[in-house]
Amino acid sequence: MTTAQEALDERLVRATQGGLPLVSEPYAAVAATLGVSEAQVIGRLDAMLADRRLRRIGVVPNHYALGYKANGMSVWDVDDSAVDDLGTQVGALAFVSHCYRRPRRLPDWPYNLFAMVHARTREEVEAKLGEIRRRLGPALRAADVLYSTRILKKTGLRLR
Amino acid sequence: MDELDRAIVNQLQGGFPLCARPFAAAAAGLGTDEDGLIARLRALLADGTLSRFGPLYDAERLGGAFSLCALRVPAKDFERVAGLVNAHPEVAHNYEREHAFNMWFVLATRARGDIPRVLAAIEAETGLAVFEFPREAEYFIDLRFAA
Repeated sequence: MTTAQEALDERLVRATQGGLPLVSEPYAAVAATLGVSEAQVIGRLDAMLADRRLRRIGVVPNHYALGYKANGMSVWDVDDSAVDDLGTQVGALAFVSHCYRRPRRLPDWPYNLFAMVHARTREEVEAKLGEIRRRLGPALRAADVLYSTRILKKTGLRLR
Repeated sequence: MDELDRAIVNQLQGGFPLCARPFAAAAAGLGTDEDGLIARLRALLADGTLSRFGPLYDAERLGGAFSLCALRVPAKDFERVAGLVNAHPEVAHNYEREHAFNMWFVLATRARGDIPRVLAAIEAETGLAVFEFPREAEYFIDLRFAA
């Protein structure tokens, strides 16, 4: 990739990470603020979708406003030899929004698999945790869930 | 929230068209027209149903380093420690959770090498050990919600 293209991509990200303008021709509007053509804006967004720097373009719902008030970070101590295979299976469950392997911090923290579960109530979260537990089977040694009780800060992951 | 709002939230979380008149193109599949879709999006953003509309970038693939960190904060010190942690611009979000590990925050820095410096500063300011949980593997990440 050329340096000029990288510079344009960075300007495009900065111009659009807060949102697209709600006008009939939004890409032309963005192009005008950047001093480039509409085709360049569309082309670079398409390229960033292709290389996955751009996850998607669309609406980002506020899950609290939609009633998803129970947010449980479920954590699991899963046998190391099985965690990649099982993590992929847990990540594929429709109600799991993020699923990661992270290091244990023994003796304080025995868990190596993190799966974020959102639901309308804690009861719903618990039912979903049961599904994860069944999926993990005998490779599971211990588990816990940490419900969020307050957002202390949320500025989002943005280029500054 | 009526059927059209629900359809917008459920069907437009991705795949917004890359063409000159994308609202017109997307509206066709939702049973409305360009002006109708723009008006609904404006209202859903204004009332907080949507937090944003547009490209959702993968901050990590754009460059930069991220790390999940946790603290065990004594209850009496919680608000003071939250203030100290949040004062760092590298702290992108911070959640209180019900657990002995009761404060969970994400650090976002330009380079991975910047993370230890921020962690050391937080430890020095708070007198607490920071537990860092860097991502070792990503099995899935998608934040889509049904209305």
